[in-house]
Amino acid sequence: MDARRESEPTPMKNRTTVERKTERELVTTRTFNGPARIVFEAWTKPELFKRWWVPKSMGMSLLSCEMDVRVGGKYRLVFAHEASESTFFGSYLEVTPHSRLVWTNEESDDGPVTTVTFEEKGGKTLLVMRELYPSKEALDAAGTGAADAMVETFAQLDELLVALGASLGRS
Amino acid sequence: MVQYTQARLDDSFGALSDATRRGVLEQLGRSDASITDLADKFHMTLTGMQKHVGVLEQAGLVSTEKVGRVRTCKLGRRRLEEEAAWIERYRQLWDARFDELDKVVEALKQKEKVDGRKKRK
Repeated sequence: MDARRESEPTPMKNRTTVERKTERELVTTRTFNGPARIVFEAWTKPELFKRWWVPKSMGMSLLSCEMDVRVGGKYRLVFAHEASESTFFGSYLEVTPHSRLVWTNEESDDGPVTTVTFEEKGGKTLLVMRELYPSKEALDAAGTGAADAMVETFAQLDELLVALGASLGRS
Repeated sequence: MVQYTQARLDDSFGALSDATRRGVLEQLGRSDASITDLADKFHMTLTGMQKHVGVLEQAGLVSTEKVGRVRTCKLGRRRLEEEAAWIERYRQLWDARFDELDKVVEALKQKEKVDGRKKRK
């Protein structure tokens, strides 16, 4: 794979950054080599959105994707992972063409409000995604915090231990 | 370095292989607690809980501090590493998504060019 990357030079890949800005907020940034108009379109048209939201490395597939992109409009995404399905849904709070999208994540009470801004400069677009959780605990629980991250880690460890046929003498 | 990592992994696996110790970590994830609190919560003797906490402390998962006659336990420095690890996993997910989005943006740009040429004809 690396060899192929070297032999077929592609335009320089832009960097994705993620930072926990405050106790309640996670901020992700990325620059795209295209105008805001196009990047915005890729976030708001289901047929385009479906082409990038679920990369192969996620090990999931997108069963359905409904998006009614206007203030008060709803969205609904259904994912399949192995034998299970999960649904993500919410509504759009703000829709400003080519510059700003705000939506809720209502599949859980602790879901964040997501704000995505598109800022065009010299034909490129800086995308900033802010996920503001209702509380520190909610963001912690989403994965960064000790308790839930550990539960998940334990589940993985459990699987690993079983896989290794570990002789750790678990009672 | 390898030796060090291996030893740490052994400690972690050992520490995490016990249901009570996993419960203690979950409990401390919610709030700090004294060994007495923990012993009560998990219906064990003080000595039994001290042993469990000792194993967790050895693995760097818990740190303890004695104030007066009370020894308070809280999650250890690994907590920060857990957070960094989670954020990195999350970043990788978005990075993979955005790589795909790059392709969509590129395809749309090409399409606009072609359409633009058609319009000018």
